[in-house]
Amino acid sequence: MIKTNCLICDAQVTLPEKTEESEIISCAECHTKLVVAKIENKVATLQEAPKVEEDWGE
Amino acid sequence: MTTIGILHTTIRGDEKLIIEAAKKRNIQIKLIDVREEIFNRKTYKCDLDVALERCVSTVKGTHATRFFESIGIIVINNSSVASICEDKFVTSCFLQKAKVPTPDFAMVFNTEQAAKAIDEMGGFPVVIKPPLGSWGRLLAKINDIDALEAVLEHKEVLGSPQQKSFYIQQYVKKPGRDIRAFVIDGKTICAIYRDSPHWITNTARGGVAKNCPVSKEIADISRRASDAVGGGILSMDIFETDEGLQINEINHTTEFKNSEKPTNTSISGAIVDYCVKVAKNL
Repeated sequence: MIKTNCLICDAQVTLPEKTEESEIISCAECHTKLVVAKIENKVATLQEAPKVEEDWGE
Repeated sequence: MTTIGILHTTIRGDEKLIIEAAKKRNIQIKLIDVREEIFNRKTYKCDLDVALERCVSTVKGTHATRFFESIGIIVINNSSVASICEDKFVTSCFLQKAKVPTPDFAMVFNTEQAAKAIDEMGGFPVVIKPPLGSWGRLLAKINDIDALEAVLEHKEVLGSPQQKSFYIQQYVKKPGRDIRAFVIDGKTICAIYRDSPHWITNTARGGVAKNCPVSKEIADISRRASDAVGGGILSMDIFETDEGLQINEINHTTEFKNSEKPTNTSISGAIVDYCVKVAKNL
């Protein structure tokens, strides 16, 4: 488990074991969507998640 | 050991399931965030057996696929399949050409032609969809000429060039659900009903997934639709009508994370197995 903080509300965010870089997570406190930009030496860097774009989908 | 490169942008739950399924099979996965790559043929180094395109961004995914193909890497799905399935109008054309049942449709570029096309189709209601797009976004059910004029004027004024191509599809009254069939190499491995009281049944818009037994009719139409667009890993969105099943759309980077549990099927495992099969047949 990696612990870090929300960029928006500073609440603690806990990343599960199998979290991958580029994965989008939600802050449990403020519900902001965050993207896991980097995981290095058990330290995670978060960024605000990109907004859904016109060509996103399946 | 086989190495599958997953071409991705955002990692969704679906990609995590694929990664997990590969680990269970002792298959090596290389995650390639296409947003961080420099696709230069003269300098790019690559040691993949096969690539699986899983980008949430259709445009980036298509460019990445074409690049990898240009350096000799097989990509699933290939660029030909992607170019058909990423555009609803092109998909409809290929389905109709192959005589696969699909709702009537037309493409027009102005309101006057739209009104004529709707007359040809038997009148309102119709559905207007962006040719490129997903998750039920920007769909409009058009019940009369007033709504048609209003929606098309808004698209003309506010839309990107993509939004100014008006794909019109006959409105199909559904029994409160549609079907999504997961199809690999022409074979339907499982299917779900997407239940919703709303006319848009996408799970991204609140449709609830539950198991749909794969009937012979579902398997047959899915195989024919898969053949029509070039095969690979696909999901079919299917309408149930009084005249039988009709293929609505085909997804070439299908999302499935909410469908494994109700169908009790490892769709992710089947995807990995198919990639390995393709890699071994090279």
